[in-house]
Amino acid sequence: MESEEMKKPVFDQEAGSLLVKELRANFAAGKTRSYDWRVAQLKGMIKMMEDHEPEILTALRDDLSKPELESSIYEIALLKNSCVLALKELKQWMMPEKAKTSLTTFPSSAETVSEPLGVVLIISAWNFPFLLSLDPVVGAIAAGNAIVLKPSEIAPATSSLLVRLVGQYLDSSCIRVVEGAVPETSALLDQKWDKILYTGNGRIGRIVMAAAAKHLTPVVLELGGKCPVIVDSGINLRVTARRIIMGKWGCNNGQACISPDYIITTKDYTPKLVDALKHELEQFYGKNPLESKDLSRIVNSNHFARLSKLLDDDKVSGKIVHGGARDKTNLKIAPTILLDVPRDSLIMNEEIFGPLLPIITVDKVEDSFNVINSSGTKPLAAYLFSNNKKLKEQFVVTVSAGGLVVNDTAVHLAVHSLPFGGVGESGMGAYHGKFSFDTFSHKKAVLYRSFAGDAPLRYPPYTSKKIRLMKAFLGGSIVGIIRALLG
Amino acid sequence: MATISLWLLRRCRASGVLTYKTNNVRRCSQFSSSYQLSTATVGEKQAFDVDQAASLVKDLRNNFHSGKTKSYEWRVVQLQRIMRMLEENQKKIVEALYKDLAKPEPESFFWEISITNASCKLILEQLKGWMMPEKVQTNSATMSLSSAEIVSEPLGVVLVISPWNFPLLLSLDPVIGAIAAGNTVVVKPSEISSATSSVLSNLLEEYVDNSAIRVVEGSVAETSALLEQKWDKIFFTGGERVGRIVMAAAAKHLTPVVLELGGKCPAIVDSNVDLQVAARRITAGKWACNNGQICIGVDYIITTKEFAPKLIEALRNELEACFGKDPMESKDRSRIVNSSHFKRLANLMDEDKVSDKIVLGGQRDESQLQIAPTILLNVPEDSLIMQEEIFGPLLPILTVENLEDSIEVINRKPKPLAAYLFSDDEQLKTKFVQNVSAGGMTINDTRRHVFVSGLPFGGVGKSGMGSYHGKFSFDIFCHKKAVLYRSFAGDDKMSYPPYHTYKG
Repeated sequence: MESEEMKKPVFDQEAGSLLVKELRANFAAGKTRSYDWRVAQLKGMIKMMEDHEPEILTALRDDLSKPELESSIYEIALLKNSCVLALKELKQWMMPEKAKTSLTTFPSSAETVSEPLGVVLIISAWNFPFLLSLDPVVGAIAAGNAIVLKPSEIAPATSSLLVRLVGQYLDSSCIRVVEGAVPETSALLDQKWDKILYTGNGRIGRIVMAAAAKHLTPVVLELGGKCPVIVDSGINLRVTARRIIMGKWGCNNGQACISPDYIITTKDYTPKLVDALKHELEQFYGKNPLESKDLSRIVNSNHFARLSKLLDDDKVSGKIVHGGARDKTNLKIAPTILLDVPRDSLIMNEEIFGPLLPIITVDKVEDSFNVINSSGTKPLAAYLFSNNKKLKEQFVVTVSAGGLVVNDTAVHLAVHSLPFGGVGESGMGAYHGKFSFDTFSHKKAVLYRSFAGDAPLRYPPYTSKKIRLMKAFLGGSIVGIIRALLG
Repeated sequence: MATISLWLLRRCRASGVLTYKTNNVRRCSQFSSSYQLSTATVGEKQAFDVDQAASLVKDLRNNFHSGKTKSYEWRVVQLQRIMRMLEENQKKIVEALYKDLAKPEPESFFWEISITNASCKLILEQLKGWMMPEKVQTNSATMSLSSAEIVSEPLGVVLVISPWNFPLLLSLDPVIGAIAAGNTVVVKPSEISSATSSVLSNLLEEYVDNSAIRVVEGSVAETSALLEQKWDKIFFTGGERVGRIVMAAAAKHLTPVVLELGGKCPAIVDSNVDLQVAARRITAGKWACNNGQICIGVDYIITTKEFAPKLIEALRNELEACFGKDPMESKDRSRIVNSSHFKRLANLMDEDKVSDKIVLGGQRDESQLQIAPTILLNVPEDSLIMQEEIFGPLLPILTVENLEDSIEVINRKPKPLAAYLFSDDEQLKTKFVQNVSAGGMTINDTRRHVFVSGLPFGGVGKSGMGSYHGKFSFDIFCHKKAVLYRSFAGDDKMSYPPYHTYKG
């Protein structure tokens, strides 16, 4: 109704301040700290997914035309796994970790205690709007925090579903969702948080960190970059082509921070690789991929225009070797492969985040490392397909990225024992598995001493005798010094 | 008052790289191939500006990319050289610390030299293990033909900014971590402790690999020039205000930061303690540690109304035992670092609400920059002395009815870098650990948790972010790179499109 819409409250500074104040009070009351509370929230999240899977799939289809299988695996199943792992391990994670003490503090015992940080803000992205909203929330809950989640307005169906489901299944006194765009996000960023986890791009990442600096709030920034794939010869080409396709077009149609952005291979090997990719692409998406239901669409017309511009760049439009078809009405671009685009073209200087795959060719496969490192920025992920042991070693040692995968793409994010995060321009901090728990905890050092074992040598007045004794042991081991100190 | 002298000294070594200082005198012996600065006559000033900072970072980045800092051998050699540097220059270091802070020799030996030495030693013992990739388990059937590991790689070019209170330790300890992790590093020591800054600069230039490890001396202008550059990490130890500036500057380049800040570190004292030992440990934790100018020193005490007189008496006795009847005469306390801080502390004592609360001490000597160990009883919570980090020899004691109430008093304030409890009551200890948030805590002593290399040393909230010491020093200067190896076998056709047979 018109009058209701006009009366809809704007989420402004004041609203942000009140929200944080309320959550801080509820956190201080101790609600979120108990093991039972955390378990109840995680179980609530699992139930939420079980009860509402069709609605979640529908929202993702509305926002992204995301194929059902992708939604089920990459959004729902991955999130469920996170919850299940946290439930399994939480008791262990919450235990203090004993630390060894030495003669320096004898007699004593020491431990590191994991405590919640307090009230945390999670700002998520539009491309995996369900997973990237709730996966960090799982970590924040596991660590015992109160949470505000700001989902992306670019995926509005998922955003509003999250408001409803989180309100229904989780404890609203400690976990809230705030919808909105720039004004709402700014109002949130003006507040003092105990941690901010942001997933998105580098431009906003800088804004988030600058806002956090005002309050000395630590941040985790999960950003992006151009994730390269080096393809050697002498590999299982069919599996390689499939895995590249899955990481690229099978992952939200290239709109994923860890999607292969571009390929580097030798001039010699290129024709084989291109043929293999073409063949597998047709197997997966048919002769007319614009018709396939198994590809997400481009999220909105802004991004469609951006991607079109990359393709229409003079230096590049003649380099298309496969695909290139577009459907503006339905926001679709066919899987497109480009060969030997100039390094200074637009498409090689920004994160593509779409279904365009440039292939850069080199003389020797080892030259790939220079191509990657000369870009000057470290990507979120880098991939190598090779059976050559030495090349693999060189790759791991030479290429700096958030994470690396040899002989596959993207799948490392499903390995809970690996930290998931960037380095340099691709981000700071990491999460997944126990890293999620750790990133939302303060690791508090605790030393317990007794009143025994007090050494007069430690204290003033510093007589010359004491000084001599101290000096006598200084050149030796610290053990020697402390033995003297203990008297 | 410590004078801030601006020098420009340019010296080139055969190995080819420069240490930057700003100086009135400019000397030049040889040119390195990597620098083509023009000669100048003696007496010409040249500030370390943004261009020079950019040039410095570029140089270090090139040297980093050459790979030399990544080898185990290089790291070991640097650490060994630092140990030798400390051993061969003890007198020089102690003298500089005395000049800057009137720091007593034993404090310099223990707190600055031997702790730094111990850091190097620990790393040398453990580094090989730390540098090995950490194998981790992969999970689920689809990952069955794979292996995974976490590889620790250096970040690149890092900046360490250190404070004046433990100018040698707090410069070198982070630098040691940066070296252990394989980085190139620039250290900017505090200009307030200028003698140590100068000695450190000269010694590092002499002992370590200048193509990878540099000192930039100076103050605001030089620090600003450095902060405009793109670093791969910034490690800052100091106050909250500058901490914000550092983080804001880092945000422009998406540079991760470690901020070791401060706060008001409280000590709760129960009545069921060995009072003499407790009083002695508090005394050591306050006045025998750079005269209260330490981020983890006891800032204020909370005890019961009933116990306060006994505690004050015990402290009085211990103070006399340590510093004599007239503590102003004792040579065993550092002085206040400069007259600016002296005035700040005098201000805290002179506030109306507070000046009549002094129960012990209060004497001052501005010419000597000395203030006696001073205890104040029941200052109002809204007084200046209870609002800002004291960082000096003034110790307020607050009293409560029930000791449990102390926790609430502490939690009304920002989270401190450290918190202490003296008690024999197991329940109270548990409550304290569970309900007080601080960077770290020690029960029944002060500061000692920072000596446990297996414990992270760092703040939370306003007292900082990130931590170091022991392996944490190595970790904080690394990127923990996830690596997954898959085989070509075990390819799962089921998960490939077309999906239209999928029923969910």
